Parts: sequence; C-alpha cells; structure tokens
Amino acid sequence: MSSLPQDGLVAVVKRDCPTCELTAPVLGELARRAGLTVYTQDDPSFPDTVPGPVHDLALDVSHQLKIEIVPTLIRLEGGREIGRTYGWDRGEWERLTGVRGLGDGLPEQRPGCGAKNVEPGVLERLKVRFNETGLQSRRVEIGQDEDEQEAMFGRGWSDGLPLVPPTEERVLRMLDGTARDPQEVLGLVPPALAAATVEKIAINAVMAGCKPEYLPAVLAAVEAVLDESFAMHGVLATTMFAGPVVIVNGPIRRRIGMNAKGNALGQGNRANSSIGRALQLVIRNIGEGRPQEVDRATLGNPGKLGYCFAEDEEGSCWEPLSVERGLKPGVSAVTVFAGFGLQGVVDQKSRTPESLARSMAESLKAIHSVKLAPACDALLVVCPEHERTFREAGWSKARLYEELYKLCEIPGEELIAGAKGIAEGGPPALAGKTVNKFRPGGLMIVRAGGGAGMFSGIIGGWSAGGPRGSIPVTREVRP
Amino acid sequence: MTVLLDPTSERSPTIRPRLPRPERLDGLTIGILDIAKSRGDVFLDRLDERLRERGLAVKRYKKPTNTRPAPLPLQQQIAGEVNLVIEGLSD
Repeated sequence: MSSLPQDGLVAVVKRDCPTCELTAPVLGELARRAGLTVYTQDDPSFPDTVPGPVHDLALDVSHQLKIEIVPTLIRLEGGREIGRTYGWDRGEWERLTGVRGLGDGLPEQRPGCGAKNVEPGVLERLKVRFNETGLQSRRVEIGQDEDEQEAMFGRGWSDGLPLVPPTEERVLRMLDGTARDPQEVLGLVPPALAAATVEKIAINAVMAGCKPEYLPAVLAAVEAVLDESFAMHGVLATTMFAGPVVIVNGPIRRRIGMNAKGNALGQGNRANSSIGRALQLVIRNIGEGRPQEVDRATLGNPGKLGYCFAEDEEGSCWEPLSVERGLKPGVSAVTVFAGFGLQGVVDQKSRTPESLARSMAESLKAIHSVKLAPACDALLVVCPEHERTFREAGWSKARLYEELYKLCEIPGEELIAGAKGIAEGGPPALAGKTVNKFRPGGLMIVRAGGGAGMFSGIIGGWSAGGPRGSIPVTREVRP
Repeated sequence: MTVLLDPTSERSPTIRPRLPRPERLDGLTIGILDIAKSRGDVFLDRLDERLRERGLAVKRYKKPTNTRPAPLPLQQQIAGEVNLVIEGLSD
C-alpha cells in the first residue's frame, strides 16, 4: 500500500455508482479544503472534480482497504485507519472530515453501491493474488502452452470425460457453497483410506462441473458412502456392477434445480449429473479407487460416471424416502444405495394395484438371476402413472412394500441348481421351502419420472446386501 | 500459466518391505484365513489337509464377510497365534 498516504483522507469510488456521482462535488471540496486522495475503480477520469484521481485498475488498494461499498471515505493517521464511512451520509462525512457544511443541496443520506473488488470472480482473484486463500492443496502448475484438459487426463484425474480445471478461484467459489471449515475431515476414502477434507471434495466438485450451491449435497453424499455400514471399499472392489446411487430429498432439490421428473435418471440436468460425478471423482482421486485397479468390476455400469436423481415428492402421495428412513419432513437429505443400471418395468394394462404389484414383483424376481434368492437389495422407482394406480386404490407405500415382499416369495424347487435347465441355483435342500427374493428391508421405493408412460424402473443392488454387505445410508444435507 | 489444485490425496507412495519368507515351515504355526467368499473353503480345506499331512500345525480363521476388511480383534488374534498366514483373495 505504498501509494496510500500516511495521514489524511482517502476515498474509493467508481463512476458506475450514482451515489459516487452525487458526491463528486463534495470530493472536490474535500480535496481542496482537507487533503483527499481519491481512488477510482473503473474510470480513471472520474471524478473530474478532483485533480488526478488514482486509478485502482487492479483493485489492489481497494482489496487491501477491504472496501465493500463505494463511496467509502477513510481517515488515516500515521498509516493507520482511524475511521471510515460509506455511502453518502452528511453527518458522518462531516464528523470524519471535520469539515462543516458539506454537500449543500444534497440529500442527507444516500446508500452506496457494491465495490468492484468484491464482485463475484474478482474477490477470489484478489485473494489468490494476495495469497489469502487458506487453501492447503498442492499447486500444480500447467505450462503456458500445455492443454489443461490433456494435463488433467495425463495425471489420471479424469473419469474419462473432460473436467472443469480446478483453479484456486473456482475452488474458493465452490467453498462459498458451505459453511464448513475447508480442513474438516469427513472420513477416510477407501481404498487408500485418505482423508476427505471439505477442500479436497470441493476441488473434485469443481472438476465434476458442480455449482457451489450443490456442494452441501456432495458433502452429504461423501459422508454417507463413508459410513461404515455402506461398505464403500467392497462396493468399489466388487466384480459386480454396483456403484453408489444417490437419491436426493427435501427442499435442496428445488433450490438447486434438480430433476425428479421426465428423464430424472438420464442426462441433461446439471445438478443430477455433476453431484453423482463429484462423488465418483472423490473416490477416484482421494481414495485412489480406479477401474482395473482396486475397482475390479467385470462390466461396471454407466451410472459409475455418476448416478444421482431427486425424488418427486410434490407429485407423490407417499412419504419421501428420507422421511421413511427417519428424517423429518422438509429436511434436505441424500440416501446412498449400492446399485446398478436400470431394468424397466413396462406395464401399460394393469389398472388394479393387485395386478400392477404382481407385474412389478415378477420383474423384481428376475434381477441378478431368476435362479438366485435372496439375491440383492433393489430400489424400485415408481413412475407417476403407476403410482396413480396405487393412489386411486388407497395403497400406501407400506402396503405396497408388504404386498411386494409377499409376492416375491419363491418356491424352493424353482431355485435349485439345474431347475429350468439352468445350472445356476441353490442346493437340493431348497425343495419344499419358500425363499424370499429379498432380505427384510432389502427393498426401497421412490417416486420419480415424467407424467406420461407406464414405465417404472428397478435399480438392482450389489449381491452382498444387508449387514454382510452394503446397507443404504441416509444423511441430512447440512449447510 | 495456469495453476490448478491437486484433487488427489497427495500421498507419496511408500513401499512397505515384506517380511522375509521363512526358509522352512518346520516348527511354525500356519494360519489359514477364509475370507468367506463362496467355495473358498473347498480350496482351503484341501490345503489344510495337505499341510497337516506334513505334520505342520494349522489354525483356521474366518472373516464374517468378504465385503469388509477383517475386524481388528481377528487381525490381532491371528498375529498373536501364528507365524504365517495363508489368505485367499476373492474369486
């Protein structure tokens, strides 16, 4: 701040501020009578009432003076600030300057405008320049002639698609999305068991394409998969198809514009796509969980790029998944489920809940293999037109669960190895017994999808569901 | 020049030296850890038989599930009871 005077008055203004324009004659008067240095943020010729305003083009002086509003008037004494006022307030200006009768003909007060140095994008750049970011992560310098995308691919940071370069400015803006301390550790990410700090997660969220307001959902999803009961290491390492599927409930869905309606499980919505992707990038980059390394998936599934959607709570007569799982209504939450892909339940003719439930059960019984039971947990995504059939018949979600469990009882004979001409299957001792396709609690039901189409979906789970494998985890989304 | 923030855990890889292999098995107690993967026991039972035929002391252990690391008490028990351990890794 070498250009700042040690003593006297300093004003910071910009032309693009009507209050600054209004006070231009006062600034001229103060320059003549009291010794005033004026820093101008935009137009070097403003105000023309003052001889030689200093152009704070780079906004360094504004930043160092922590200007938030223009005009700001500051009194310095021996290099120290002893008082400041902002906006136009005759009484305050007279008290600070010791000059009476300022601004004849002006109103008593007029609020100022936002300063340029705190505009979004500018403040982060200034913090980086003045080394005030507090960010702890290693800086990776990319050569001037180097392609950023190629540099990131080359370092193995990508899931196979281009990434948003995680510059310090972008990461700072991302961290504005949460009140949490950037160095808070949310848990240890397998398989490397490396600490997931809020800062590291924010870097990966930037790369995934998240907006800052999505970050709380990403943080909650990371916390959820790191809960021991989710068994993230196993979900990653398995040869099976599964990866974390994220279901979002509560007001955050609408606040960040998530899609719970047409194509909810598909592409095209930034929040849906990037939240799920950020979670996968956290596992890849912090946890070092990469395909053909600790990720031993035989086929994997396209959802391992990111699998996240919102429940259509408004359109549903059923309680949201998060409420069913113990959270209060109106609380934002994520639920993670170790699942894969999507198997359609096409039924355009059932008009009774009994018929539709039977139809759904037959499809549910086919997941993994018609010869395996209990097989895996499953998430049933009920579309609006199917839900209508249950609603009109007065079936609660609890009723549908009850009926589906009953309908998923399978005669043991059908499951024995060799039955139906299929070698896969269980021991002969199954004969005479009945086996349920699902463990108790192994089914979850949510509502999503577009208004047209009698097409629900089943997201199958990992073979090892329940306490011996992965248990779905719900976490509140905290600011 | 662009400066990016490292999204990784920044761990520098440290290679932990393996324990030296024993020259002979005589007098050593051998642990067999079944990770609870289906049919792993078929292979491990046979291994158990073969080792006992050679007069070696064998102790058997089993993880509750293949989907998670062995519980710490089990790891400690194995470390305290045997000189070396044979573990099957998944399929």
